[in-house]
Amino acid sequence: MSFYVESRYQRYGALVVLAVLLAFPLAAQALDQGFYISLLSRVLIYGLAATSLNLVLGFGGMISFGHAAFVGLGAYAVTLLMGAGVLSAWLAWPAAIAVSALAALLIGAISLRTRGVYFIMITLAFAQMLHYLFVSLKTWGGDDGLPLAARNTLGLGIELRNDMSFYYVVLTCLALALLLAGHLVESRFGRIIQGIRENETRMEAIGYPVFGYKLACFVIAGALAGLSGALLVNQTGLASPNQLYWTQSGMLLVMVVLGGVGDLYGGVLGAAALLILEEVLAGYTHHAQLGVGLVLLAMVFLAPRGLSALPALFRRRKDG
Amino acid sequence: MQDEVTQLVLEQALNGLQFGLMLFLLAAGLTLVFGIMDMINLAHGSLYMIGAYIAASVAEKSGSFLLAVFVAIATTAVLGAILEMALLRRLYRRDHLSQVLATFALILISNEVVRIIWGDQPVMLAMPEALSGPLEFGGFIYPTYRLIIVGVGLAAAAALYWLVAMTRLGMWVRAGASNLEMAQAMGVNVRWLFTLVFAIGAGLCALAGALLGPLLAVQVGMGESILILAFVVIVIGGIGSIRGALVGSLIVGIVDTLGRALLPTLLRENFSTEIAASLGPALASILIYLLMAAILFWKPEGFFPART
Repeated sequence: MSFYVESRYQRYGALVVLAVLLAFPLAAQALDQGFYISLLSRVLIYGLAATSLNLVLGFGGMISFGHAAFVGLGAYAVTLLMGAGVLSAWLAWPAAIAVSALAALLIGAISLRTRGVYFIMITLAFAQMLHYLFVSLKTWGGDDGLPLAARNTLGLGIELRNDMSFYYVVLTCLALALLLAGHLVESRFGRIIQGIRENETRMEAIGYPVFGYKLACFVIAGALAGLSGALLVNQTGLASPNQLYWTQSGMLLVMVVLGGVGDLYGGVLGAAALLILEEVLAGYTHHAQLGVGLVLLAMVFLAPRGLSALPALFRRRKDG
Repeated sequence: MQDEVTQLVLEQALNGLQFGLMLFLLAAGLTLVFGIMDMINLAHGSLYMIGAYIAASVAEKSGSFLLAVFVAIATTAVLGAILEMALLRRLYRRDHLSQVLATFALILISNEVVRIIWGDQPVMLAMPEALSGPLEFGGFIYPTYRLIIVGVGLAAAAALYWLVAMTRLGMWVRAGASNLEMAQAMGVNVRWLFTLVFAIGAGLCALAGALLGPLLAVQVGMGESILILAFVVIVIGGIGSIRGALVGSLIVGIVDTLGRALLPTLLRENFSTEIAASLGPALASILIYLLMAAILFWKPEGFFPART
């Protein structure tokens, strides 16, 4: 796998998509299809979560099967703070980021001492532990989850209760996260991380503190996941232990692989593809998951490097 | 008072043994697939679910639990073989992530297909009447059915041991788990071996599903919760090792069951009721994962690593 460099096509494509996303709610409102605004918000939130996983997976080369735990922790942090009277997003959301980052620090410090399939399993184990912890703590909702009394307040005249305002805030967060990820990947830190992914032994021999770099990458990814959790709970109104169950981590992995591992926009592409597919199929049948499963299966064989690699595939086919 | 405590501990220990043996049926297949073909198969739990559903239908239509079990095993084994030949075979040379994606998709597909055929509501798999009563030895009472499960589980473990340790097929399996390329070089027909291993694994899943059906609910998604425990088992036991799967599943089964039964009581004796009420169940659920994390940290290859 070669080093990631964002191509010009991708950058232009991304700007076009951004323009569409900016215009979308206004169009939806005009056509009286307001429901789609909250659907797209959900897509963007999961896009953020999947992007954070891609940081660890695609660039760091660490297959984490417990990423949903960081999303869930962010959600619970915001909800618990709301219960304690903290309404401002300026306090709650950084707190969510901090909590998830701390959890990632602790979990990463232990897990990163293993590798390969064992790393997969140990990250899974920690996520499951957190899941069962939240299930058992009746004071924090237990199995039923903890409802969020109201969306956080942002001040500045922006009411998050308004779906359209919330959408733009989510879009801003996602855009900032992608900018951060992009800069990170092309920075010295990013090059070292990718070098570690390519050949850890060599990087260690050269003298880089490999463990520290991997841990830093893991923590940054966890922090971003915490932000997505904060946004998610504002969107859904409920922090639930189910958000930490292993199938959720699996779904995030599926999104990243579907979109393109190691591609900057892979997370967003995968989240969009999966969730929109689900939504479209659900309109026709109760058994939407069957269609989703079949499409995913087809993707594994037809587009092995994910959706983001499809244009390259077509270009190559045209050249013959 | 002493008798009650002994009754409780003995009962929970036997429950743990029973659960562990059923876990073993799943873990054995899973560890072989992971160990020999190096494939992460998330859909393994779905085979367990399908086995339970088929058993439920056959039991209802025919009235015979025994027939239901046999039909479930046979059908699921064939299904497993077909799945392997048609689909999973193409995933062996792919990376783990693609395998996760594909088998995750299979979970979605199989859950939905089961919903289409059997509906959303959990299905009843009735415990055979002859076995539903309690058994008593010397003051100790235990359900007959659970004892039968223990018996079947032990028989299956013995049969698997015989197969793997005493037959040529077993030798091929062990060779494949230890060093696949060498085994191939030595002439093992790897393609058929894989299909057979997968079919056997599927059959074992179905047996576990059919046996556990009367005790747990036969419902969509039952595969996911037991699958995760099966993965914990094979990590603890050592990927690719059936002996490891047995040891691992007994440890997981007993620790989990005893933990859930005794920890809340133990905590209540020593701490305030508030703490015990929330911490007890939490700790009990977490125990298994704590154990796995500890083993991954100190002895990642597990107790009986099969790979050379």
